[in-house]
Amino acid sequence: MKAKIIWLQGVTCNGNSHSFLNLPSLASLLQQFEFLYHPLFPSPLQLMDLHTADFDILVVEGGLKQGWKKGDKDLYELFFHLAQKAKKIVAVGSCAVFGGVFKEFDPTITGVLFDKTKKSKLYEHFFNKTVNIPGCPAHPEWIAFAIENDSFSLDEYHRPKEIFAFTVHSGCTRNEYFEWKVDAKSFGTKEGCLFYEQGCQAPFTHGSCNRILWNEINSKTRSGTPCFGCTEPTFPKTGLFHTKTYMGIPANMPLGVPKRAYLTITGIAKSFQIPRLTRKLIDEN
Amino acid sequence: MAKINKEDRKKQIMDTALKLFSKEGFFEVTMADIAKELHMSVGNLYNYFNSKDALAKELILYISKHLAEEIRKINMMQITSKEKIRKIVDFYFHTAKERPEFIEYFLRIYLSNREVFKHGCEGMICVSPFVTEIMVFFEEGVRNGELRNQDFFSAFGLFMGYLGGMVFLMGEGLLPNDIEFYSQEISENIYRSLKNES
Ligand code: SF4
Ligand code: SF4
Repeated sequence: MKAKIIWLQGVTCNGNSHSFLNLPSLASLLQQFEFLYHPLFPSPLQLMDLHTADFDILVVEGGLKQGWKKGDKDLYELFFHLAQKAKKIVAVGSCAVFGGVFKEFDPTITGVLFDKTKKSKLYEHFFNKTVNIPGCPAHPEWIAFAIENDSFSLDEYHRPKEIFAFTVHSGCTRNEYFEWKVDAKSFGTKEGCLFYEQGCQAPFTHGSCNRILWNEINSKTRSGTPCFGCTEPTFPKTGLFHTKTYMGIPANMPLGVPKRAYLTITGIAKSFQIPRLTRKLIDEN
Repeated sequence: MAKINKEDRKKQIMDTALKLFSKEGFFEVTMADIAKELHMSVGNLYNYFNSKDALAKELILYISKHLAEEIRKINMMQITSKEKIRKIVDFYFHTAKERPEFIEYFLRIYLSNREVFKHGCEGMICVSPFVTEIMVFFEEGVRNGELRNQDFFSAFGLFMGYLGGMVFLMGEGLLPNDIEFYSQEISENIYRSLKNES
């Protein structure tokens, strides 16, 4: 028998649903799982039937807010009821995980287990069956991974380590430029690192965007846009294209790197001019 | 004579070389002069440093590490940036008095004979321990709101240029007073120009 899924939407822009619909292996996933309810594609149940549904996995997209209604349904109550019945809860997207973008407008919106970095009121009820897949939107392969697997090793924010133990910096095609401190002077070029001058957050953002590519071909940093750090509880940040510095020294060190070590290494790296990297390699003009 | 180990011997060579260089000038002093001063053979000296340039590079690294160690101690103290400035100035002037060859070497040999240090000491490599501690000092001052956020080199140049200038005047015998006489006011001037006014 196929395991049954209910995909519930809280306060959301639909982004994670759209991301999920781009899953290249969607057809094979649908051989193993049946969506009893998904708001975007034909499914046997309607929102009003969910109360009595028998199912296995609850996927939640969007932030939660007490007293928030969709049709005549109180979404928070419906979530609570379904969450108690579910064998596993998968929170997809930064809104369902941390509160996300909508929280900027309404601070009472939270994620399932977390309210930014704090544990939410729901934490103690559901921490032992919830897997968090943040991202704005969450990567379709990550969502599929959480639906298809049952034993996870999770980090402090309940994110599977297989995906989130690495930083987005890992696998970026610009690592060579990062090492030698050669920065891209503008967006969209194929050369230079986006850290100092474009605000790339990847060295301290947990995620696999550069290991499991988007649409199997690309990532933000590969195409020349800085990572915005959308998988972290600090997202959304303001001043996205800017790396905060104190006297030219980045305010945040790459994850786990001590300040002195970083300053020593970068000081030395900057001492060398690497003509091969400071020259344009591809886009000559 | 008690046998001394290789590291101690190396240190002895460096201290002697530093003194000779700062007294006579880098180009005037030969490896043979250094060996003679140490009562060792030139051949033996080459066992420690295979050229005068190699010795020159080790010396700047040696000085840089020494300065860095002391500034690191100051950085670790739970005191304000203002107090740290005073401590760094005191330490720098004290070193200039007690071990003038350290500062002299840095100012007169390292900074003014860049060609000697072109290979193996590119950019900040050989002074990196020292510069790193100064960076940490500035960074923490800006982070805690005490110092103004600005380009690192503007702040670094102001700080080191001022101190270097004073030591230079001292070395030329142009200062009417003992260099430590100026510590208080110089610290005050540096602090005023770096502090956060908002
Ligand atoms: S662009 Fe970003 S992810 Fe890529 S190397 Fe630079 S800092 Fe790392
Ligand atoms: S690259 Fe960064 S901002 Fe873009 S999706 Fe990945 S984690 Fe989010």
